[in-house]
Amino acid sequence: MIETALIVETVVKAVIALAVVAGMGAFATFIERKILAFMQRRLGPMHVGPYGLLQLAADGIKLFTKEDIIPQNVVKPIFVIAPVIASASAFVAIAAVPYFPEFTVFGYTIHPIISDINVGLLFIMGAASVGMYGPLLAGLSSHNKWSLLGGARAVIQLLSFEVVSGLSILAPIMMIGSLSLIDMNDYQIGGVANWLIWKQPLAFVLFAIAGFAETNRTPFDLIEFEAEIVSGYATEYSGMRWGLFFIGEYANMITISVLVSIIFLGGYNDIWFIPGAIAMLIKVSLWIFLFLWVRAAWPHVRPDQLMWVCWKVLMPLALINVLITGIVLV
Amino acid sequence: MFEVIAFYMFSILVIGMFLIVVFSKNALYSMSALAGGMIFISGFFFLLDADFLGVVQIIVYTGAIMAVYAFGMMFFDTTRDVKENIRFKKIIYGLSILSAIFLIFILLAPVYSGKIEALYPSIQGVGNIQMIGLILFTKYLVPFELAAIMLLAAMISGIVLVKIKMEETPTDIEVARGEK
Repeated sequence: MIETALIVETVVKAVIALAVVAGMGAFATFIERKILAFMQRRLGPMHVGPYGLLQLAADGIKLFTKEDIIPQNVVKPIFVIAPVIASASAFVAIAAVPYFPEFTVFGYTIHPIISDINVGLLFIMGAASVGMYGPLLAGLSSHNKWSLLGGARAVIQLLSFEVVSGLSILAPIMMIGSLSLIDMNDYQIGGVANWLIWKQPLAFVLFAIAGFAETNRTPFDLIEFEAEIVSGYATEYSGMRWGLFFIGEYANMITISVLVSIIFLGGYNDIWFIPGAIAMLIKVSLWIFLFLWVRAAWPHVRPDQLMWVCWKVLMPLALINVLITGIVLV
Repeated sequence: MFEVIAFYMFSILVIGMFLIVVFSKNALYSMSALAGGMIFISGFFFLLDADFLGVVQIIVYTGAIMAVYAFGMMFFDTTRDVKENIRFKKIIYGLSILSAIFLIFILLAPVYSGKIEALYPSIQGVGNIQMIGLILFTKYLVPFELAAIMLLAAMISGIVLVKIKMEETPTDIEVARGEK
């Protein structure tokens, strides 16, 4: 019986997490257009529904009902599966993310995490790096030069940011002594002064930069940069397949925001009078806002500049950080 | 029950993927199937409660096969079939089947005679990662460090090979050629 309960609970949690993250991702597209519009002194979507809120539903209907076009010379199976990889791996990653503190409903304690494996952090980073196969396969199978260039850029992007994100996260892991995100959260119990960002400011900055590269956000949005390579890997895609790529991208943004909040910003512990769950929501929202703010404020970098900054600046800094942390710990 | 189902599912997936790698004539199919097979192998590690090794399998092979893709992109038109030029088909197939049977025999012989036992049985209360760390830095310290030195040597030689034109930007090269 216990096993059945466990299976039911896991399935319910998975469905809820999937629906909420997909919904939040869709809503983030609306927020993104609004915030970009305000920063550029425009109004953004205003006509559909109150304050343009129903624009979201209109876009959804348009994406779902568009004709599914598969161009003539593409490698069909790979072309079809690429968007699925991009979004599925983003949703696999959320399986190991704890969103809120545990709570009790009708005498039954619920842990808001789908699977508490003890290498949660590594699992999330692995799943996120598998996500880069989506753009790569799309670029290679599309039979289009812009797509191919986008795929090539996806390769160098992965090879650049993966080292930095791995090494930057190593220093906090050394201090905490665990790869479980719940342990990382519990390490920072007791107010703002105990947040890990004060002990590891350099690791925080490096991980944030790597997070921007991982989610293809400006200033590292080079695999789909319109001014240079039309739409990069997504040039040949339309309708729902195109939509799947971007659901994956926004789900990844949410995952990275949650990760930064948990590892460096105190996680879901209470702050003063704010309960933990609300604090978590505020942190994630602020971090998403930062993603959008950066997109409005900064130009993007060239691919060679990305490689240069990752391998020659960020990686040595991360290594030095690990070394110093090791010396201090010993 | 679930473990058995999962094991057979992953086995079929892995074998199927690697069959595609070998038999497909399209470089893109082969590379994608290779990536998929490597990621499905991690399922076995998860089934054996070796979470850490499973995740490391995913992370390492994602990056490694990404590099294979980069070469594939440079050498092939990935949307077209590769024309293979194999002579002596019978000899090749015969030899590969023979070597596969030998390999299975070599690996299975100790299992059959029942002499396999864990040299380092897992200790209750000690985590996956700690166990790997303990064994790596005691029993297998020398091979571990030797592998590290080999990787370092490969990295340095790679940098030296590329170093010749590392400081020049594309603009510098164009200026040197007299194109600007």
